[in-house]
Amino acid sequence: MLELFYRALPLLEKAVLVTLGLGFSAFFCGCVIGLLVALARISPYKPLRWFAFSYVSIFRGTPLLIQILLIYFGLPSYGIVMGPLPSALLALSLFAGAYLSENFRSGIMAVDKGQWEAAWSMGMGYWKTLFRIILPQAFRVALPPLGSRLIGLMKDTSLASTVTVVELTRVAEQIGATTFRYMEMFLMVGAIYWFINQILTILQTWLESRLSRRYA
Amino acid sequence: MTSTTAPIVRVSGLAKSFGSNQVLKNVGLSVDRGEVVVVMGPSGSGKTTFIRSLNFLEMPDQGRIEVCGTQINDPGARPDAATRRSIQAIRQKTAMVFQSFNLFPHMTALENIIEGPVSVKGLKKDAARERGRALLEKVGLAHKADEYPGRLSGGQKQRVAIARALAMEPEVIFFDEPTSALDPELRDEVLKVMRDLAREGMTMLVVTHETRFARDVADRIVFMEGGHVLEDTTPAEFFGPNATERSRQFLGRIGD
Repeated sequence: MLELFYRALPLLEKAVLVTLGLGFSAFFCGCVIGLLVALARISPYKPLRWFAFSYVSIFRGTPLLIQILLIYFGLPSYGIVMGPLPSALLALSLFAGAYLSENFRSGIMAVDKGQWEAAWSMGMGYWKTLFRIILPQAFRVALPPLGSRLIGLMKDTSLASTVTVVELTRVAEQIGATTFRYMEMFLMVGAIYWFINQILTILQTWLESRLSRRYA
Repeated sequence: MTSTTAPIVRVSGLAKSFGSNQVLKNVGLSVDRGEVVVVMGPSGSGKTTFIRSLNFLEMPDQGRIEVCGTQINDPGARPDAATRRSIQAIRQKTAMVFQSFNLFPHMTALENIIEGPVSVKGLKKDAARERGRALLEKVGLAHKADEYPGRLSGGQKQRVAIARALAMEPEVIFFDEPTSALDPELRDEVLKVMRDLAREGMTMLVVTHETRFARDVADRIVFMEGGHVLEDTTPAEFFGPNATERSRQFLGRIGD
């Protein structure tokens, strides 16, 4: 197995970067989308609330694989052509955004209303209150589910292999196909996913304890 | 401070309903610069809704509110852009102290205090810190500057909240039952700070059940019930032998 690992290493090295890049970028874009959708969801304006509700309903209610396939194979018939990587990134971001919006929403709702009122009563506006007072507190509440989302997303990047993105899963498939040593290759790649996510878990735990220290 | 100018707070015809429950019915009041006005009344009398209307944490359905020279008429639930600007103007000239303190738990005592001056008024951080420390000193908590609210007692939290209110250099401070969430032995430290402020000439509107504070410190007592102002009188009158039957009943019930 070790000799196979060394043989696969050059490809795996590149693939790990693609997986990590795809996962983190999608998480970042998903956070931006998710935050905006969460704010729309709790806004006093009905059209915004409806938009947010529909968005979450659609992107959370359909399989990620379908979304990826729709964007990569479906959109070109409407003249929108994207490469494999952008297609996968877009699908993962939209999908993650739907889930993350719910995490952000519950985090924001968990912050006492008195916090908004204290900020408003000193003349702070909506966005300033949101970014300086509410989100830091909401983030702390939302951190465990956000961590889970990031880990979930890292694994979901494997679906990008279906649209020919050369990430970990795709590399395992390719080398498996040429060497007929599928078992070893998938075990290897599975271990790499596990390793990445262990590190993320440790990071999350560290961040959690750091953030909650001041709350006594 | 000049006492010749117009009242800092002038309210008339204030009405507010929550659903079918009309909490405020035609409330009117005015507060002059330097005055300490205490609002008393049984729970459900509308006194908290009233004071929260003055900086528009509650949006009144009807009425005229003039605070620090900015006037707003009948704001309604969804104020337009001009009204929102007026509300911001009022909020920047006033401050509020809440029953539940509402300190920002992710900031130290000092950070709580400089947040408004820095992020609303654009004060330099160093200058704000210096002033913040002076304010903490004033409320007797200089040694707690770097403590997070989670590690302060209720009385200390409320004193930080008062320092935070003062940091905005408000023309008037609204106190919404500032001692109601505190154990009896912690109330005095907060009341003492409030007495000091009154002595320095700060304009204060205070919703409270603290009769001793009201008697000693208030220039006027406003007694509310059922969404009306029943009485607007002096402490001597309100607590004296000629008090109305209704206020005597009320004071008897809250154990004075």
